[in-house]
Amino acid sequence: MKPIRRTLTLALAATVFCGWAAAAEPEFAIAIKDHRFQPAELKVPANVRLKFVVENQDSSPEEFESKDMGVEKVIPGGKRASIYIRPLKPGRYMFFGEFNEKTAQGVVIAE
Amino acid sequence: MFAAALIVFRESLEAALFVGIVAAATRGLAGRNRWLGGGVGIGVLGALVLALAAQHVGEWFDGLGQDVINIAVLSVALAMLLWHCIWVAAHAREMAAEARLLGQSVQHGNRRPWALLIAVALAVLREGAETVLFVGGALTGTQYGTSSIVGAVLLGMTLGVGAGVLVYTGLARIPARHLFAVTNVLIAILAGAIGSQLVKTLAQAGFIERWTAPLWDSSHLLAQDSALGTLLHALVGYDAQPSGAQLASYVAVLALIYVGNRMMRPASRVAGVR
Repeated sequence: MKPIRRTLTLALAATVFCGWAAAAEPEFAIAIKDHRFQPAELKVPANVRLKFVVENQDSSPEEFESKDMGVEKVIPGGKRASIYIRPLKPGRYMFFGEFNEKTAQGVVIAE
Repeated sequence: MFAAALIVFRESLEAALFVGIVAAATRGLAGRNRWLGGGVGIGVLGALVLALAAQHVGEWFDGLGQDVINIAVLSVALAMLLWHCIWVAAHAREMAAEARLLGQSVQHGNRRPWALLIAVALAVLREGAETVLFVGGALTGTQYGTSSIVGAVLLGMTLGVGAGVLVYTGLARIPARHLFAVTNVLIAILAGAIGSQLVKTLAQAGFIERWTAPLWDSSHLLAQDSALGTLLHALVGYDAQPSGAQLASYVAVLALIYVGNRMMRPASRVAGVR
């Protein structure tokens, strides 16, 4: 019985892993340049998990933060970071760069 | 420049409150200042190293490197607080009871608060690393002068540490025999808050997807970035939009500590100690 169980475990693990890996959420690229977001307005599908890939093209670090979406993440200058966003109900969600809040403002529109 | 001071204040506030509560919890322990000082020192060094390393590790794991490190740091800090709350606190209760009988707390010198030392070091490291990154970035960026940056950093840090000192002096006024009860509850709440932050980081890194929608939004009642909201976030883990997973982990941590405490308490002593 042991080998069977092991096979089953492996199969289960593979299913879980593939399920995890294959859960390809829509991906969105956001760039930070001169302490501004590009694009500053982003249309995304509602009710699915999203992946944001934020690339900081400035030399200074920035913190991508959103109270509305419940995320905050520091991105060093010249680096790129991934952030997963929970499924959003239709609506507007503000985000900003905490280290340069005056200029770095953006909004996500889920629909 | 006010914004820079505010950012530094918020980062140092969390670490300072943490250290203030732990300092109160370890009051009267022999060599406590060395332990605490060591913890803060290790944390500051670690923060510098982490901030320097952030340039590289951030892009590991497909841009999730920073989150993975945060998850590791939060997990260890949580484990240390749980260890303290469940195991050490049970023994402290015995010790406190014996010490009262014997008149003076000589035995307290044998209690090594190493779990708390590690937790303090990690709290300082995590908050410190962000401060170092921000200050480093602000210094290389050209928008402000160096002196105004330094001024803002000093102001923010002083205010943050001041809040920690306030909490400590407030706790220190509590009579010694109630102090442990109060600080143990506070440390348990800190552990709950860290559990909730850990879950939030896991969600942000995409490791969990379940129960990540916010349960409610109390930001119109108390905004998380307001002064009180910031304080409550640092102290009890206040979140204006907590997810189900966050709330569940918060409650689970508190329940684990409560149950652990019950089980660790020697049955014969219950009546005598209370």
